[in-house]
Order: sequence, then C-alpha cells, then structure tokens
Amino acid sequence: MNLRPESLVYELSSPGRECVSLPACDVPPSSPPAGLLRDALELPELDELTLVRHFTRLSQKNYSIDTEFYPLGSCTMKYNPKVNEAAASLPGWRNTHPLAGDEFSQGSLEIIHSLQSWLCEIGGFFAGSLQPAAGAHGELSGVLIIRAYHEARADHKRRLMLVPDSAHGTNPASCTMAGFRIKAIASDAEGGVDMAALREILSGPEASAIAGIMITNPNTLGLFDRNIEAIAAAVHAAGGLVYGDGANMNALVGILRPAEVGIDVMHFNLHKTFSTPHGGGGPGAGFVGVRSDLADFLPGPIVAKGGDSAAVAYSLAMPARSIGRLKSFYGNFGIILRAYVYLRMLGPEGLRTVAENAVLGANYIKALIEDTYKVKYPRRCMHEFVAQGDIADGVHTLDIAKRLIDLGFHPPTIYFPLIVPEAIMIEPTETESKETLDAFAAALLKIAWEAKESPELLHTAPTTTPVGRLDEVAAARNPVLCYKG
Amino acid sequence: MPYIAATDRDRKAMLERIGSGSVEELFSDIPAAVRFPKLKLPPPLSEMEAMREIEALAAKNLSASSSAWFLGAGAYYHFIPAVVDALSSRGEFLTAYTPYQPEVSQGTLQSIFEYQSMASALLGVEVVNASHYDGATALAEGLLMAYNAAGAAAGTRDKAIVCADLDPEYKDVIRSYASAFPICLEFLDLPPEGAAARADDSTFCVVVPYPSFSGTLGDIAAAAKAAHAAGALLVAHADPIMCGLLKSPGELGADIVAAEGQALGNPMSFGGPFLGMLGSSAKLVRKMPGRLVGEAKDAQGRRGFVLTLTAREQHIRREKAVSNICSNQGLAMLRACIYLAAMGRSGMRKVAELCWSKAHYAAGLIAALPGYAVPALTSRQEFFKEFVVFTPIPAAEIAQKLSRRGVVPGFPLSRYYPERTHELLICVTEMCTKGQIELLARSLEEAAE
Repeated sequence: MNLRPESLVYELSSPGRECVSLPACDVPPSSPPAGLLRDALELPELDELTLVRHFTRLSQKNYSIDTEFYPLGSCTMKYNPKVNEAAASLPGWRNTHPLAGDEFSQGSLEIIHSLQSWLCEIGGFFAGSLQPAAGAHGELSGVLIIRAYHEARADHKRRLMLVPDSAHGTNPASCTMAGFRIKAIASDAEGGVDMAALREILSGPEASAIAGIMITNPNTLGLFDRNIEAIAAAVHAAGGLVYGDGANMNALVGILRPAEVGIDVMHFNLHKTFSTPHGGGGPGAGFVGVRSDLADFLPGPIVAKGGDSAAVAYSLAMPARSIGRLKSFYGNFGIILRAYVYLRMLGPEGLRTVAENAVLGANYIKALIEDTYKVKYPRRCMHEFVAQGDIADGVHTLDIAKRLIDLGFHPPTIYFPLIVPEAIMIEPTETESKETLDAFAAALLKIAWEAKESPELLHTAPTTTPVGRLDEVAAARNPVLCYKG
Repeated sequence: MPYIAATDRDRKAMLERIGSGSVEELFSDIPAAVRFPKLKLPPPLSEMEAMREIEALAAKNLSASSSAWFLGAGAYYHFIPAVVDALSSRGEFLTAYTPYQPEVSQGTLQSIFEYQSMASALLGVEVVNASHYDGATALAEGLLMAYNAAGAAAGTRDKAIVCADLDPEYKDVIRSYASAFPICLEFLDLPPEGAAARADDSTFCVVVPYPSFSGTLGDIAAAAKAAHAAGALLVAHADPIMCGLLKSPGELGADIVAAEGQALGNPMSFGGPFLGMLGSSAKLVRKMPGRLVGEAKDAQGRRGFVLTLTAREQHIRREKAVSNICSNQGLAMLRACIYLAAMGRSGMRKVAELCWSKAHYAAGLIAALPGYAVPALTSRQEFFKEFVVFTPIPAAEIAQKLSRRGVVPGFPLSRYYPERTHELLICVTEMCTKGQIELLARSLEEAAE
C-alpha cells in the first residue's frame, strides 16, 4: 500500500504540457462558427510520465483481489483469471461495432448465444437474455417480466411484490422502478421465509394483488431455505410468480438448478459467479433466465440460432412481447466474453467443484471462529455466513473491520443483512487457499483477544493506510464533489 | 483445476475441522431429488485450447482496425492512447470492488473524484456521478430524476417532451424505464428549440439530443430558455468528444446532462461495456441516482475521499431510493478518467477539430457524387462528426457490398426506419485518414454505377 499523499490530477497540471501526440490534419481544415465554440475547458495538462506515476500510485492505494484476501460477503470476490483479460483484448473483440450487421458479427453472436444457452442449462431455464448490464438491471428486467405476464393475462391489479426482510436493497428498489408496492416478509428462526407469515399474506385481503415474491436462496444469511419448494408452490397457488435473485449462485452452480425448485425468473451476476472482474464498482452483467411461458417477455434483442442466409448462423431478434430494450445494444459484451472463457475452461465438473469448494471454505472459517464470534443460526452454511461483532464491551463490528485492514485483509461486508445486529458477512470463495483461510481466521481471533486486552488497537484502526477513518458525516453535510481549484 | 487452491489433503483437513464426513454432506439442505444435476455443458479446455477457440471466433467478426470505418450511430471508433489500457488494467483497479472501505480504496475513490471533476468541466455542469450502464440508461434515469425533482415541487407535471430525432435505441430505453411510472412521453419531430417551445405547465422536462441522431446541432440555448419559461427542466444528451470544442450543454442552459462516454477511452466492444455519464446542477444533486464521491478529512486532517450522499441509494433507502442502481460501469469510468487526463484541454480540442474537419471534408466529397446528396449541407444545418447521406440505391445494399470489401460506409437508416431506404448515416472520426475518406467516396460512386 502506497502511504504517500497523492495530488489530484489538477494539482499536477502545468500549462503547456502534453501527454498524447495526435496527427496533423491531413484534409483541408474547417472550423465551426465562432458562436458554437466553447471558451474554456478546465482539464489538466500533464506529461505522460507524470500521468503514469499518478495512476500507478493511486492503484497502490487499493486493496484488491490480486493483492489481498477480499472476503466481502454477497459480492463473491473470487479470483479473476488473467486469460479472460487476454481474450477480451483481441482486436476482433475490442474493435467490433454493435451495428455492423449480423453477417459481420458472427463471432460475437456465437459467443452470446453459447453463453446464454449454458446459463439456461445451469439454471434450468428455457430462455434467457444477456442484455442487462448488472445484477440490479437483471432484477428490473425480471420484475418487469412479471408485470408484463400479469398484464398479458389482463390481471391488472397484481401490483404487490413480497420481499423478505433479509433481501438486498436492490430488490425493493427494483420493484419501485417497475411500479410495484412492497410488502416485507419476516424471517423465521432459521433465517428463512416465515411460512406462517407468508401463508397469512397469501390468504389475506391483499391476496389477489400479489404479483410474486423475490427470493434470494441461499439467503443473505448464507443459509439455504429448505422450504423453497413449499414457498414456490404457495405463491404459484395464489397466482403469483417466483423471482430468484442469483446474487448467491456461487453456492449452487452444478449443485441445484433453481428452476427445478420452482423459480420462474432469475438473474445471475456474471461478475460474481462467473469470475469477471468487479472493476472498482462495475461493469457487471446480469443474465436473466425464465421458464418457457415467459420467454416472449424477455428484454432484447437476443441472439437466435439461424439466419436468413448460409453466411449467417446467428442473428438478432426481438422477443414477441418483449418488455423492451433496457440498454442500447446487447449487454456488456466484454463481460459476456470473459464469462464465456471461464465456463469454457471449467466444464460441468469444474463448475460443481467451484460451488463445493466455496461452501467448504465458508464452513471451515465458520468452524474456526464460531466459538468466539456468535453465529446466530448454528447450521451448515452455504458459500457465506453471518457472524456478529459484539465480542467485547464498547467494541463494534466497524472496529473489527478496520483492525482487519491493519492485519492485511479487506474487511467482510458489515452491518448487512439488517436483521442481524453487528453483522459480519464473510464469503471466502473457492479460489482461496487453506493457508489464507487459516490466516484470516487467526486474525479474527487475535482481534477478539485484542478487543479485551487492548481495545484502543481496534478503536484507532486502521493505522497502516494512507488515511485513517474519514469523517463521512461532515463530507455529506457539506459535499465537495469536484475539484474547486 | 487452476483456480482452486485446495488440495485433496486440504479438503480432508477442512472437513475434519468442520466435523463433516464429506463435501456432499454440506449440501444436505438441497432437495435430494434435484441435487447434483448432470449438466450438458461442453467439456473443459486448457488455456491454450480456449485461446485458440477464442481467436478463431474473433476472426469471424469484422474489425474496425482492419477496415475503413465510417459507422457510428451510437458506438464510436476513436483513438485510445496506450496509457489507458496500461493503467486501467492494473489488478489493483481491475479486481477491487465498490469502495465501501474508504481507507483501502483511496485509489478508486480519488480516481472517481477526478473523473467527476473533469467530466463536470467537459459537460458544463456542477456535478457528475460515478456512472450508469450507458448513455441510454443515463438519459432515461436523467428523465426520471427530472420527474422526481418536479414531482416534489409541483406534483401536477407528468409530461416529458422528447425530440424524435434521438437515437431510436435511446427512445426505446426511455419507454422501458418510464413504463412503470404515470409519465406521458410526447415525441415531437421538431428540433430542440421547436420541441421546447411546446412545453407547458404539465411538462416536467424536455429531452434534447446534442447532436441529434442524424448528426445535426439544434439551438440548445433557445431550448433551455423555452423549457425554463414553461417551468420545465431541460435534459440534454451530449457527445462528450464534441464538448472538447463546442459549447457544453450545461453552459447552454441544460439542467441535467447525460452522455455516452464510450468514446472517452473505451473500445466499441460490440456495444458494451459503455459509460453512462450523468450530471446536473448542484441544486438537483439530492435527486441524482448513482454513486457520488466527495472529499473528506480524517482525524489528523489528511484529505481523503468517500462515497457520499448515500441516503439517495438503494442499500440505505430500499424501496424509497431514487434508483435501483448498484453495480455501475466503474472500470469504463476509470478509462474515461485516464483518457481525459491524458488528452487534457488541448488534446480534447484537437480530436474534436479533427472530427469536424474530416467529417466536413467527407460530406463535401460525397455531396459532389452523382446521385448522392447531403441534406445538412443543402439546408445549411451544422453538424459535428455524423451526417445523413441520400443514396441513389438502397443504403442497406451499399453497406453490405462495401463492408464485404472492408469499407464500412455507415449505418443504413432503414434498420431503424424501414421506410427510409435510401439514407445512410455516415460518421467520420479522427481515425479516418484522408486516403480512407477518398476511398469511401470512390466506393460510394462505384456502388451506384
């Protein structure tokens, strides 16, 4: 980690410096009318070496998977294979235009078609679309599909979506964007959907308004909801559909096809389960898969096999009753390509090995720390689990997270899910070695000891980073969102 | 298995510690009847074999780098300096996630802050967020942002006026995003200033392209004035390369500015990942969707950066959030950040000047060809790097014929508008040489013979 303060690009600027050489104009020059021209453009002026050092130094102020263990729960921070990057950098992928025409894009269309077929096979779905650009975008597609399904049956009053209280924030937010009202369902003693509460709603006064339920399984506690088939059957019987949030699919690839337990619509996050890099916040890709009677509603266009000539084996087509286009073109193709390479190298057995090792690793860390850090639901977990940070008086989860930084680990997800106080959500993924898992568990146990013996180590952490804890309250009260000079 | 570190010995030791007899036993919660399906997926390949297959598939695509390329229409072939790839591909940027832990994410956070600063300057607004999926979704969320802003103020405004000469895919995305809201979309086949003049007290915003899909530049300042006179907001979609030379939409009075930022250092990559840019005036910031980074201080007074104003977002506000967006296009944004810093004010200006000169040179040559016409020239409409050409034979035929010979002449408008059979949208960027432009003109002439 680079601890030295790094100036902003604007502070490194000096008038007259240039970084990029551009060719002279080789055609007769012309210029816009003066009235259209802008006066000033406040961009910095840097030479190339200054620029390279600046961004290299900035990169050194990040923890990343390539440099540290990054057990961020629910984010599936697995290793991102370098071959995926090498494949994506070929000119035949980088410099291809989405409107070149099917005849000139057969390579790209074949990649999309193969990947969407494989993802359908993995989930048990009839059809799918790779257009959504992220998990939340996939969710929006999915709930719009549910809306379109009810509308197509002239069942216009179904505008209520059931969402467990342990769900990711994107679930209720996606529902709002699709015009649904939300009803939260409580979790039962094992962290699953409370069946009694569900049955009450399904037979209550709002039963005929229920459009469906959004389920994350394994849920955000890292537990597989054993009632999933009963939940799906009950919701189906009430006329609703079951949406599966695939954020936690890394536990299930090659283990269970979600459609076979009653999931009707589901998204997968390619940047989680299928190893594409998280990129500091994105881009991702959010495949959405559906059962057969929902295929016509998928967002599009999507790639179909067959075309109008021998030269065109794959072509683009809009599903018959599509919810429409949710972004321009066909999805984050560069991400789709990386996921293709990943699956091509794993094969079916490899995929199952991924889930097995992800689940094994999570249960292993849990076994190493659960005598010290309470785990509210003492069951086998799936790919992640939620512990609690109330290990000593006056010590909070935030302190533990910051102390982990000083010990060389990226903290787990903290304070989520909201239903567990002082939550610490740990997801190791399958790509970490036993040595790393041991070292991480040892660090957590050391912190628990420090919390009692020398809690100031926790309260003052982190001390090994370029900055200490930042005053977020002051930053939000008086926001500075741009360089002011 | 190259990506799994645990050996059989490790697995045995781990199972013992867990107190489990087998890995299979860990999955006993999964219904037995459907557990461990046999998946019909192709067998695994080695890295060498996988790369060979990928290279063979890539060769089935037509690449802009081996053609004379005049196709734009929403995805643009621009120069990308080597520093962009070299720096953005560093693992510390590539394999980090959303900077939820600011002390170990200052690299990502400071680069977002720098992007916000440079992008705001370029678009002429006070604040730009940390990205959307692409220009189309940024524009659609910009429209919803205007709806939320107006809703709080008035409550009676439900109409958005949209210039019809907007990228048809963007119009589709706007329709999809607005479909669940009680919003009335009115598409008017008028230039920006004409469309905005139709705004009334039921209009919450006017959406204008700068330039339009057919390449022409409307009067954004007049549109802003008309929209504001009716109490509506002006939402503009801009070409960020053009903003290196011409007045920015913010400067011209737009309240909310969206842009497709792909051209700023991101390859076309068959349409994604792209970069949705969204900015606005400071007074609208609390209605803005997406992540924002702000300056902060630690206890010792050291400057740092944090995600801020998060009370707008889904992980805090859930169903009351202004948007559901979570993952964004972080890496595409980083590439734009490095691109803008590398180009600087003079580089951005030069690229835009090259686009302008080359596009106008090409338009002049083509207008002189028998059977061809460039309506923007005959009607004296300003354009930047794209213009429509009327063709003597169907444009789709020309495009297919020439593309097969490595000259990709543009976008046949019949693909979006079936009745516009004899219109080609041509895009000329700094990547096109004089020789290629002249080759295009000769090829168009031959195609019509």
